[in-house]
Amino acid sequence: MSYIKPQFKHPRLQVNDLGLTHRDYEGALSTLCAGCGHDSITSAVAQACAELSLPPHKIAKLSGIGCSSKAPTYFLNNAHGFNTVHGRMPSVATGANMANRELIYLGMSGDGDSASIGFGQFAHVVRRRLNMLYMVANNGVYGLTKGQLAATAEQGMKSKSGEASLFTDIDLCVSALQFGATFVARSFSGDKSQLVPLIKAAISHKGFAFIDIISPCVTFNNNPDSNRSYDYVHDHITTAAVADFVPVKQEIRCENGQSDSEDICLHDGSILRLSRIDADYDAHDRIKAMTKIEQLKSEGKILTGLMYIDPEADDYHEINGTSDAPLNSLKQETLCPGSHVLKTINESFR
Amino acid sequence: MTLFQSINEFVVRFANTNGTGSASANNMFAKAIMRMGLPVSAKNIFPSNIQGMPTWFEVRISEKGFLGRRDGAPELVVAMNAQSIEEDIQSVQPGGFLLYDSSRILPQRLMRKEINFLGMPISDICRAEYSDPRQRQLFKNVIYVGALAALLDIDFQVLKDLVSDQFKGKDKLIRPNIYALELGFEFANKQFSCPLPICVERRDLIGDRILVDGNTASGLGAVYGGATVVGWYPITPSTSVIEKFASYCQRLRIDPANGQKNYAIVQAEDELSAIGIAMGGGWNGARAFTATSGPGISLMTEFLGLAYFAEIPLVLMNVQRAGPSTGMPTRTQQSDMLTCAYASHGDSKQVLLIPSTPKECFDFSAQAFDLADRLQTPIIVMTDLDMGMNIHLSDPFGWDDKHEYDLGKVLDADDLEKASDFGRYLDVDGDGVCYRTLPGTHPNKGAFFTRGTSHNEYAAYTEKGEDYIKNMERLEHKFAMGVKRLPAPEITINTKAKRVGLVYYGSTDEAIPEAVSLLCEQGVKVNTLRIRAFPFSPQVASFISEHDGVFVVEQNRDGQVKKLLCNELTIDPASMCAVLHYDGLAITGQFIAESVQAQLSVQTDQAAG
Ligand SMILES: Cc1ncc(C[n+]2csc(CCOP(=O)(O)OP(=O)(O)O)c2C)c(N)n1
Ligand code: SF4
Repeated sequence: MSYIKPQFKHPRLQVNDLGLTHRDYEGALSTLCAGCGHDSITSAVAQACAELSLPPHKIAKLSGIGCSSKAPTYFLNNAHGFNTVHGRMPSVATGANMANRELIYLGMSGDGDSASIGFGQFAHVVRRRLNMLYMVANNGVYGLTKGQLAATAEQGMKSKSGEASLFTDIDLCVSALQFGATFVARSFSGDKSQLVPLIKAAISHKGFAFIDIISPCVTFNNNPDSNRSYDYVHDHITTAAVADFVPVKQEIRCENGQSDSEDICLHDGSILRLSRIDADYDAHDRIKAMTKIEQLKSEGKILTGLMYIDPEADDYHEINGTSDAPLNSLKQETLCPGSHVLKTINESFR
Repeated sequence: MTLFQSINEFVVRFANTNGTGSASANNMFAKAIMRMGLPVSAKNIFPSNIQGMPTWFEVRISEKGFLGRRDGAPELVVAMNAQSIEEDIQSVQPGGFLLYDSSRILPQRLMRKEINFLGMPISDICRAEYSDPRQRQLFKNVIYVGALAALLDIDFQVLKDLVSDQFKGKDKLIRPNIYALELGFEFANKQFSCPLPICVERRDLIGDRILVDGNTASGLGAVYGGATVVGWYPITPSTSVIEKFASYCQRLRIDPANGQKNYAIVQAEDELSAIGIAMGGGWNGARAFTATSGPGISLMTEFLGLAYFAEIPLVLMNVQRAGPSTGMPTRTQQSDMLTCAYASHGDSKQVLLIPSTPKECFDFSAQAFDLADRLQTPIIVMTDLDMGMNIHLSDPFGWDDKHEYDLGKVLDADDLEKASDFGRYLDVDGDGVCYRTLPGTHPNKGAFFTRGTSHNEYAAYTEKGEDYIKNMERLEHKFAMGVKRLPAPEITINTKAKRVGLVYYGSTDEAIPEAVSLLCEQGVKVNTLRIRAFPFSPQVASFISEHDGVFVVEQNRDGQVKKLLCNELTIDPASMCAVLHYDGLAITGQFIAESVQAQLSVQTDQAAG
């Protein structure tokens, strides 16, 4: 089923720098379960893009398969989207990014999609330093296939059939840090005040940005025992840093005298302002970030916020030395060496 | 003992050890024959191993122009591998010759009376001449080529020129290589009665042809076809397609102004990702491809289904090897034909292009990008190890500078501005191919969602039966219409009688002239049809129905293309017989002729009885 939203816009709706309203960043009506965390992510993405005044058609939204991977349908109607196959969005995003380095790439995936069938592709897209924002809507279960445990489910977590997870979970933030991501954050779908600035900063980050978004599955995994439930997450959250994002065109106000705050300049000139809850937390130390996540986990807590950033990161194209002009824009004159060159090539085979 | 005698019609087999650098010397030998104006072909017979195991390189010289692999024993064996020496001695044709390294004395029990032993202390010569162990090893190969020049009467100047051409730009290497050639040449001249009764004489039979392997041709074709995005994962025998593409790109595709690359080659983590990268590139408007073989094809099929159904252009070069499973990774076969034609689950069908010469590898690889964009579907270029990794005499590559890339039906911002209605899967022109848009084209028109789930004409998800059927039927229609753009079969009419037809494809082509000639000598005249693409052209069905009996020649066990013909065409399956060769070596003309002859005589017996 596909729903179409009415086109009507209120004339006094607030517009952004491009003259677009929030509505211009929405997608089709969601067909996910009412209350699904993924819908909150959808609206956070739309809000972040609207606030950044991004032209929606310059965004490519790609996903794998799963309820979470359906989410891109529900934001940015004027962006091209691609539901690929289960777990393999990273490779398609890679090819797309190779073809046109100028678009903004938003990847949307689930924990089944990224931590199981697609774990290999996830690892390698991180390694490749693809310039993209990769979001995982993490509910600890497979939603679309109705409630099986995901590899991100913590040991002991019970599936709807009552089976407990026997094995250690995969923490995608730790993995992303280990694989070399240059922006790693975790957030909660129900906490827009934290999520929206993180998405904005991640999009403005050049290189690979990863956000693991805890996103409860109300249908299969919102029971009070589950550490992916709304209640559990609310009660056990610990924030590494509160991020505020200051776009390049806005005046940067000085917040003096706060030793536990830091301004990080992103490659487009915008500012990511971190106020640390934990005064020792250093968002530039990959190893400490991993340790902190594990340490809190052992205390039953969940670390959220921006865990790690390398504002100087390179992306694949810089490392590769790809032409500045998008490869899909190159014309035959540039690409085809022509018959005269072929003559000398033929000579080499005689 | 009778000496074997032949001018310009014999086989030389080199027995070497993997990893000793013999390949370039062997290739130099083959090229020298070509430069003598003689038709020549060469087959590598190598193990699935990196170093130390025996490898053979078999060169056929044939004034008659028969360039398929030849059955029977070689007339001359160059035995450089102590490990295989016993086997190599046994392999020489009676009356033939064995050139071997006599630095170590051959045990008496290995001697054969019916062959001529030409002992040359190559290791000793190298030990005396070179102090560096690597040089000792490398120049051994050059020395035996020099000796062969004397033994076979190859013009020494031809070899000297070859060395100069080969090391152009690395001039320091020219002198020592020529010196090594001279060492061999002089030794042979002094010690043996040169030339041997088998030798070469200059002819002028080559014209402007070139000697090149299919993978080089495919990689170069991709450069000319405008490919910019590559995802790949190494697998023999497809790896060199990408390596050659990369090396030509380094020469031809780097912007001289700023050193930037006009291409991106991503070595992926596996084949799933390799084809995903090609798909992402194709979706986003670049010409993108991947290359693989056997096991890689299995992994790529899920994505091929998505590309078929979502209609995304991409090119896949499949260099087939012997399966199933890991099979014989360094042996040739044509056994992925069915898998590729129907790749993926559900009702799906893929376009195959099947080249037979390096020239066609070049042409088809370049054209594949036009076809993929035009038909908005994957195009699979089907070659095999024999085509891909062996050098073949081929017409030179050609490029028509007037040819313009066919980018297919892509709407730009102006088109969208003018258009009243855009539906990604609307069959506007009635040819089954719909208009697509690329991401980033227009602020509020033309965006759509690409998906592998069922979709209606506006790309919206649907499970409505009639929408699904309409879409599936359009895809069928698109293929039927697309056939016109595919390379037509090549038909050779040798007889008006139309009693027997030979249908074949791909690298088998090299063995066909000899098969046809042998059959003709035996009083069987045949017409031939070479399939060059799937879905099949209507000419294939007419050819089969016009003949009393048709032999489908293939290099696989199951007669895969014969099955495909039965499946796709309305022809009587009983009108076709199979000629199947699948031991991992390239098919021979003799095999084809004998197999046809045997089946024909059974038929005649049955008719008589
Ligand atoms: C190759 C393949 N295997 C299995 C499936 C079935 N499948 C569809 S979605 C899914 C799991 C989705 O889970 P997750 O990524 O966590 O997303 P969620 O639905 O929970 O948001 C599975 C196993 C498939 N589509 N393709
Ligand atoms: S099943 Fe769970 S994940 Fe899927 S839509 Fe419903 S609530 Fe969301």
